[in-house]
Amino acid sequence: MKVSEIMQILEARMFTQQEEDLEIDSGCGCDLMSDVLAFNHNNNVLLTGAVNLQAIRTCEIVDTHVVVFVRDKEPSEEVVELAEDAGIVLLGTHYSMFEACGRLYLAGLRGEEINNDF
Amino acid sequence: MTFNYVVDPEAPERAGRASTRFKGVLKELGVSPKVIRAISIAMYEGEINMVIHAKGGTIRCDVDPDKITVVMADVGPGIPDIEQAMKAGWSTASPEARELGFGAGMGLPNMKKWSDKLLVETELGVGTTLTMEFNLT
Ligand SMILES: Nc1ncnc2c1ncn2[C@@H]1O[C@H](COP(=O)(O)OP(=O)(O)O)[C@@H](O)[C@H]1O
Ligand SMILES: [Mg+2]
Repeated sequence: MKVSEIMQILEARMFTQQEEDLEIDSGCGCDLMSDVLAFNHNNNVLLTGAVNLQAIRTCEIVDTHVVVFVRDKEPSEEVVELAEDAGIVLLGTHYSMFEACGRLYLAGLRGEEINNDF
Repeated sequence: MTFNYVVDPEAPERAGRASTRFKGVLKELGVSPKVIRAISIAMYEGEINMVIHAKGGTIRCDVDPDKITVVMADVGPGIPDIEQAMKAGWSTASPEARELGFGAGMGLPNMKKWSDKLLVETELGVGTTLTMEFNLT
């Protein structure tokens, strides 16, 4: 699914100056960065209510290139800057986490398998 | 080759900088994406712990032909019961750490999972040193 499609489906706006052509393969909805780190990440979009620097750093670590902040949460300038430096696309939607995930799922996007091997 | 980083406890919002920097180094060195992922996740979990559970410290990364060693030494309270700390889900994280999205008790299990070798040395009231090894071959 292309970033442009995600933007359309979620009636989203973009906070960063990044391309809309980027293609992603799966989705993940998560506020806990600890959980984000425990997933397998294969080119996914992260939907989250966590609008802080740690969320962006966590995405940098796991190679997540697209983040959607739900429920109209505004990232600070610092957060946007860090995302731009890291080449991460930041989007914002007015939908809640549940609604946003549901809409992307309906459009064909799927989650990823969780690896619980410890 | 050795890379040294300082983890500043006064700037928790910067936690993760060392890990993202070393990740950049590994990319430049041409290390395989799989190994880079393992090292970055494990090191990031360790770096977060140095800030949320201790008072910062230093990280030393050694790149050898056959392996990469990451030594994370903090000044902190130490870990009273390592076995318990290693359990998935065990956490004593503060409300502030939880606000940042941490405290699921998966850090140490994650470090164990992604590294080829993990050594935890700790002394109560002094600090904790974590040594992780990642095989390159
Ligand atoms: N560097 C450290 N210094 C002191 N205690 C630590 C350190 N790292 C981990 N711990 C202890 O081990 C527990 C489990 O750590 P971890 O698995 O990373 O989970 P979390 O960080 O989510 O609490 C922590 O809650 C803390 O009590
Ligand atoms: Mg932790």
